[in-house]
Amino acid sequence: MALSAEDRALVRALWKKLGSNVGVYATEALERTFLAFPATKTYFSHLDLSPGSAQVRAHGQKVADALSLAVERLDDLPRALSALSHLHACQLRVDPANFPLLGHCLLVTLARHYPGDFSPALQASLDKFLSHVISALASEYR
Amino acid sequence: MGAKGEYYPSKLIGKVLKIFCISNFVFDMVSFHRLLVVYPWTQRFFDSFGNLSSPSAILGNPKVKAHGKKVLTSFGDAIKNMDNLKITFAKLSELHCDKLHVDPENFKLLGNVMVIILATHFGKEFTPEVQAAWQKLVSAVAIALAHKYH
Repeated sequence: MALSAEDRALVRALWKKLGSNVGVYATEALERTFLAFPATKTYFSHLDLSPGSAQVRAHGQKVADALSLAVERLDDLPRALSALSHLHACQLRVDPANFPLLGHCLLVTLARHYPGDFSPALQASLDKFLSHVISALASEYR
Repeated sequence: MGAKGEYYPSKLIGKVLKIFCISNFVFDMVSFHRLLVVYPWTQRFFDSFGNLSSPSAILGNPKVKAHGKKVLTSFGDAIKNMDNLKITFAKLSELHCDKLHVDPENFKLLGNVMVIILATHFGKEFTPEVQAAWQKLVSAVAIALAHKYH
């Protein structure tokens, strides 16, 4: 089901509130993912994953930039994320089952930092948005 | 393998227990309601509950609240029996399979909703390490609940 006007409004409003902190939260989401779902670390054996790692921070910023692009291009996610999908499918070869794990940890991170905003309605809209992002990211796999 | 011994450092067990004791009012009221709102297809098991037509209807629904209490009680059993989850949940597992016909995927959804609610309530205390301990617990509960499925 496509994102409703209300979903888009809620997601955009939250993203505006996050401001320049998207990178910080994406990095925390990555750290949470590595701890809660250790198998995800297998894709990052080339990085220093110790707490506070600059490499994880840099990767968090990449994830943040991609999510912010997705928020800007809610009407056209498959095309907006096509190159990233191709990258994950053909070069990085990440099993798409991992995408929801990072998605969940991003929700946990945002819930932890914005508890007053994290109503069931916002959670539902964010969850839907991330599902659409994940579908777009998996779209070039085969 | 017992969940408590090898998977959870004892400090985190203590934190999990403390959080659970403080937070059971949270689970009671909120987690089940949130599941039905965020993942509306989970309402399929609750046709007899009456009005679930909106988030406020779900929040005000006495049957949702009562069921939330049941789930909370079961989770309390999980916390007390972390080394024995499959045995603890054997009868409940059979019930969910044979009588209620619940897809075990739903157990994972509820577990993740509980983790998110904990994050909203415990903020800074809900560190990545504490989250990881809770993810293991909710995952182990989901596996135990699915264990008797056939």
